[in-house]
Amino acid sequence: MNSAVARFRSRVPGFRFFLMNIYEQQASNRRMTAMVMAAFVAFFLVIGLGFDFFYLSFNPGAEPQLKWNTAGGYYEAQKASQASNIPFGTIISLLAGLGMAANSMFNGPAMVLRSTMARRASQGSDKEKQFLNVVAEMATAAGLPVPAAYIVPDPDLNAFATGMNPETSVIAVTEGLLASLNRAELQAVVAHEMSHIRNYDIRLMTVMAALIGAISLLSDFTRRSMRYGRGAGSAASSRGSGKRGGAAVLIFFAIWAVLMILAPLLSRLMAMAISRQREFLADATGAELTRNPAALISALEKIRQAIMPTNAVNNGVAHMCIADPRGSLIEETMGFTADLLATHPPMEKRILALKVMAYQTAPSRA
Amino acid sequence: MLVFVIVLLGLGAWMVIIFNGLVTLRNRVANAFRQIDVQLKRRHDLIPNLIESVKGEMKFEKETLERVILARGAAVSAGQGGNMNEVLAKEGMLTQALGKLMALSENYPNLKANEAVRTLMEELTHTENQIGFSRQLYNDEATKFNTKQQVFPTNLFSAMLGFSASDLWELPADSPDRETPKVNLAI
Repeated sequence: MNSAVARFRSRVPGFRFFLMNIYEQQASNRRMTAMVMAAFVAFFLVIGLGFDFFYLSFNPGAEPQLKWNTAGGYYEAQKASQASNIPFGTIISLLAGLGMAANSMFNGPAMVLRSTMARRASQGSDKEKQFLNVVAEMATAAGLPVPAAYIVPDPDLNAFATGMNPETSVIAVTEGLLASLNRAELQAVVAHEMSHIRNYDIRLMTVMAALIGAISLLSDFTRRSMRYGRGAGSAASSRGSGKRGGAAVLIFFAIWAVLMILAPLLSRLMAMAISRQREFLADATGAELTRNPAALISALEKIRQAIMPTNAVNNGVAHMCIADPRGSLIEETMGFTADLLATHPPMEKRILALKVMAYQTAPSRA
Repeated sequence: MLVFVIVLLGLGAWMVIIFNGLVTLRNRVANAFRQIDVQLKRRHDLIPNLIESVKGEMKFEKETLERVILARGAAVSAGQGGNMNEVLAKEGMLTQALGKLMALSENYPNLKANEAVRTLMEELTHTENQIGFSRQLYNDEATKFNTKQQVFPTNLFSAMLGFSASDLWELPADSPDRETPKVNLAI
């Protein structure tokens, strides 16, 4: 048994997260959230600087040109170009970056809910009443305030949690999930989401979702303006000193342009990498809350069998869900590519991890 | 002399930290205990309604229904008495009686079709789960509190500072819940 556990440990990518206690988890998530936001603002800074440099020809570091001042009869240092002396692009994009980061903090959960068209669970219907009860039960088990319960109108099986802190958190499930899971399985799924709330995963994931949206929007905008705007060549030649810096400028422009084009992909890859690590942990903590890993196993099996995509959930929110909403079979394959491109660890591995847990916690009577 | 003063100050500061940590934990334990109380009250309020709505259909299960009513009465009066062991024992009996009632009600399709009964059953399941989970939370918090007191070197001071170990919420040794259920397959 122990060797099986050891083998399993070596296979799980985020295993060190298991070894941290809840306060270390929260601290680690807080650090990661700050880092993500800093990276986002830095990204905006690069966009702005590049825009100023290539499009507005703003270059304070360029050698001043000496011009004969006819009135005074002396050489006068002058800027290479007549372009503005104020880095408009940098200032605007930095402000926009900070604004969007703040916006993701304050409006992130509402944005995520609106993008999935979620509505509040009502007391009226049997199933939704049960869902509300289950949410209250798991809040008791975790010792947290009761999160708001939302329903996503979609026939696929999926669930996610969002919010900035446990006091304002939200747990949302799809209609399909409510219809096909029994009470114990629903409880297991809600417990999984509750542990995302307890570990402050929700803040990190919500901020990432909001920022991914902003980045893809912006990258789209820049790419368009690149097509119609002046290219690198004109920017370099208009600066006059193109002889020496031309090649370097071209390389910088290439890097900048590639960064613009790849930014949405890179940001999504980053979200996936973070999400994959958190899923294992949420499975484990969720099973600890219900003391019933078997229910989570059967819930995951059901979710896995329903492989149609969750249409109500778009790509930007994919990393927040309990299972990949794209319904792609990439989750089922193991290996490097799958590890890189999947938002979630393969169901195979998650179920195996839970089975190990169920085996260990099972009463020893034969 | 100066070294002595510094050591004394350090020791004092350490004592303050230990004391404050223990107070926080004790309050968390007390809060978790109150949560159980709230849920138990809810359970007691729910039972009369449930009995009222199922007794017409389940008239052949008179004995079970009466056991639930009796167990509820005993649990309510134990709660007013405030003796912890008494409460544990009586609530344990009520849990068992309710479990039997819920299992038996599965045999009555008419009950399952009845909207009001279904709602009540869901409420009861919810309350039973709430009791279970709040008990789990209480035990977790109490274990944390006890461990904090008993580890060295805190154990040297904890009694002096006025802390004592909290009881875990366990079933009494002679509780009927501890018995393995007997399954009778004869028809």
